[in-house]
Amino acid sequence: MAVTHDTHSGNRKIIGSSVDRVDARAKVTGSAAYAEDLMPEKYLTAMVLHSTVAHANVVKIDISKALEVKGVVDIVTCFDVPDLPFPTAGHPWSTEKKHQDIADRLLLNRHVRFYGDDIAAVVAENDIACKHALKLIEVEYEELPHVFDAQEAAQDGAPLIHPERTDTNVLVHSSYDVGDYDEAIKEPGLVKIERNYQTPIVQHCHIEGVNSFAYEEQGKMVCVSSTQIPHIVRRVCSQATGLPMGDIRIIKPYIGGGFGNKQDVLTEPLNIFLSKRLGGRCVKLFYTREEVFVSTRVRHAMNFRLTSWVRKDGTFAARKVLVYSNQGAYASHAHALAANAVNAYRMMYPYSAIHGDAYTVYTNLPTAGAMRAYGIPQIGFALESHIDDICDEMGFDRIEFRLKNMMKIGYRDPQTTITCHSTGLAECIRKGAEFSDFLRKQKTYGKGQTGPVRRGIGMGIFCYKTGVYPISLETSACRMVLNQDGSIQLQMGATEIGQGADTVFAQMAAEELGFSFNRVHILSTQDTDVTPFDTGAYASRQTYVSGMAVKKTARKMKSEILAYASTMIHKDPGDLDIEDDMVVHVGSREPLIAVSEVAMEACYSLTNSKHIAAEETHHCTDNTYSFGVCFAEVEVDIPMAQIQVLNIVNVHDSGTIINTKTASGQVHGGMSMGLGYALSERIIIDEKTGRVLNNNLLDYKLMTSMDTPELHDLFVETDDPTGPFGNKSLGEPPVIPVAPAIRNAVKNATGVAIDANPLYPERLFHAFKEAGLIGE
Amino acid sequence: MRKDIHCTVNGMEREFNVDVRSSLLEMLRGEEHAHSVKKGCEVGECGACTVLIDGRPFVSCIYLAIWAEGKDIMTSEGLVDKNGKLSDIQEAFISEGAVQCGFCTPGFIMSAIPIINADRKYSRDEIKKWIAGNFCRCTGYQKIVDAIEKTQEKRLREKGLLK
Ligand code: FES
Ligand code: FES
Repeated sequence: MAVTHDTHSGNRKIIGSSVDRVDARAKVTGSAAYAEDLMPEKYLTAMVLHSTVAHANVVKIDISKALEVKGVVDIVTCFDVPDLPFPTAGHPWSTEKKHQDIADRLLLNRHVRFYGDDIAAVVAENDIACKHALKLIEVEYEELPHVFDAQEAAQDGAPLIHPERTDTNVLVHSSYDVGDYDEAIKEPGLVKIERNYQTPIVQHCHIEGVNSFAYEEQGKMVCVSSTQIPHIVRRVCSQATGLPMGDIRIIKPYIGGGFGNKQDVLTEPLNIFLSKRLGGRCVKLFYTREEVFVSTRVRHAMNFRLTSWVRKDGTFAARKVLVYSNQGAYASHAHALAANAVNAYRMMYPYSAIHGDAYTVYTNLPTAGAMRAYGIPQIGFALESHIDDICDEMGFDRIEFRLKNMMKIGYRDPQTTITCHSTGLAECIRKGAEFSDFLRKQKTYGKGQTGPVRRGIGMGIFCYKTGVYPISLETSACRMVLNQDGSIQLQMGATEIGQGADTVFAQMAAEELGFSFNRVHILSTQDTDVTPFDTGAYASRQTYVSGMAVKKTARKMKSEILAYASTMIHKDPGDLDIEDDMVVHVGSREPLIAVSEVAMEACYSLTNSKHIAAEETHHCTDNTYSFGVCFAEVEVDIPMAQIQVLNIVNVHDSGTIINTKTASGQVHGGMSMGLGYALSERIIIDEKTGRVLNNNLLDYKLMTSMDTPELHDLFVETDDPTGPFGNKSLGEPPVIPVAPAIRNAVKNATGVAIDANPLYPERLFHAFKEAGLIGE
Repeated sequence: MRKDIHCTVNGMEREFNVDVRSSLLEMLRGEEHAHSVKKGCEVGECGACTVLIDGRPFVSCIYLAIWAEGKDIMTSEGLVDKNGKLSDIQEAFISEGAVQCGFCTPGFIMSAIPIINADRKYSRDEIKKWIAGNFCRCTGYQKIVDAIEKTQEKRLREKGLLK
């Protein structure tokens, strides 16, 4: 069925409102069940032994003492696991071999590739026995030279981290050209501006950890997991254990945040393997906060070199990006992030010759994977810092320069074909500038200031895709079942991970069906045995891709209801519609019969019983850009090396806003994460050993309520012709523009360009000292 | 070693037999099935396990179960009245949009109780300071502060302490 976007949004009732979340009541009372809340009474505990060296071969593991601990049931080491290398990325599987995710790890690894690698697991009757036994396992390593820096690791002669795969640590080197860069730079009168920018390793810090438990039921291995991607987890568990996919069932309950870390397969394959070895007894495998930091996933650190050739009139002749992306020990999402970053570099300011080069390199560090906005916060920091550097050097107005060079409506990306179907970016910038009083403040601040405390204002813009088409498959299914009271059960393969997906799906279903909001019951749990297929929560795809599946299914459902109603009231189904839970005449809107009456009759009719249900797949073959801007005003105390954010606003064009309240919440959460990225968050690694030194919530500096200024969020609504309701991506983008806006504000205040985030006091101190702002 | 503990949980008198090494968090989740008490770190860093002990918020993961002897303990479950009606602070968390993944939510609600019970108004900065021991990765805290602020104002108005 072809579903087109109708631009008649005038009489929408539920889309665009601010209904309360469908799951909020359960969450404030504690009745919403998360993985741990679903544990059976009796279970065994599993814990993983992680390596204490960064690079080595495990020569021997002595488990004899550990086995003697009372309560220990089983110990498995890297010498006992099947030789089935598996990938972990939460990507749709590619049926083409060359596009398949890299399978480079085993359930437990003999070749240890980072400090924290998984080498053995203990299963015991209780936590204490488990912990005790872990300490008694003796490991003998044959240590290997290690490498932590991506550029170094890419050199010939660097210690090889995956010699079984290739003779280089470079997973992928990709490059692209738009126009002829080398020719373009020959244009007379160009100014060349070249700088390096660096972004750190950070962690997702979802407040619920990484949890799963597994058991056998009726010959199947069941795994309940705090994941964003249940259907993908099932496929990977099959690849890792050799069990057929139909013999594995993944259940995803409410989850306490994911932010991309749970867009990876984490504890589940080992968990299933351990339970299976014990005849299917229930085994839980919960990671501690300390393990989550080190042995799950982190955000890629990236090092950029940006080169711009700028004309005196404030346009680009040519641009170039080079990035080294630090992958850490295992491939996970691998090059997809660096590729995404250099693509966004091109898309944001697309009108010149552009050359891009991206390297993703294995190192002996914790594995990097997906994290909110997938490589774009990295390039966003580099690129938007660079734009300010160009403006400062050449005397351009920071807003005018961006307006002139940024992506415009109708742009069709030459590499990906993704087209700009709608943009409100110019309006976002105008609105944000007005809100923050940018024009006036940037004049008063800036160069003229003296004294220890100075103020500045900065900005950063972004563009962001919606979903992964055409890089990967975009597919989603939805099912609706009519209850006897005329309400529906809505089942999605798409997952609620805290972002509010269930609420907006219910809104979409109600809107399209002509039902009131409370007549839609959404099942929040995904169970791969029951739920329709969807690849899960990532890439800010669900309202766009899965939303279209809801729309299509609702249309089918409605026609089924109307077809049945027409037999009851002897009217042509084409003359009928549904409004406010009533079947009405399509023209006069006269109510004819209640949907509840139709539903009851359809179910129990002695002559014409029909179970009314609908299921549709949406295979999405389009994509669209959302946009936004952050304006930040700061006060910098130079001798104290402290930044105070005085005012901050994000303005977003995410198309039509489905729920104003949850949308605003997404923006706040992203801004908060962006503030952490700007000011304080970084994983600190011991240079000698590769050990993470701050893997806890005290030493890793997350934003607290006290660190967070008042957050302002504004929207510019466009009506995107490709979105199911005119909507575009929103979940991830708010994190992107914050760090460069703050960096640029600090530069505006002090004249000091800090080209690496976060801007923590020690870094500021050194930068100010070097600039002569702090005396000897 | 195990020990019998007598305490009040959400207004009900309870007796538990606990391992002396276990935390109040483990006792409340494991024995009482108070699943609103969440485990985010188990070392006192995140605040997800916050409960009220004799009216004051504590992180229950680093509070030994045996210390609960004779104490009056309250969790988010206990804020719902016997007819299932939510308390005002819970309602405010819902209507202000302060709940996202919800994992931090019950902890924040418990941390907020002394503020909303107080006879004076806390400024937004004071509220932020009071809840700074609770982490939320989803909301940026703004709507949580809104919910607490609205509820305290409502309570003060009810007491005639605010116009
Ligand atoms: S679980 Fe108690 S403070 Fe984190
Ligand atoms: S709502 Fe997710 S951590 Fe607060």
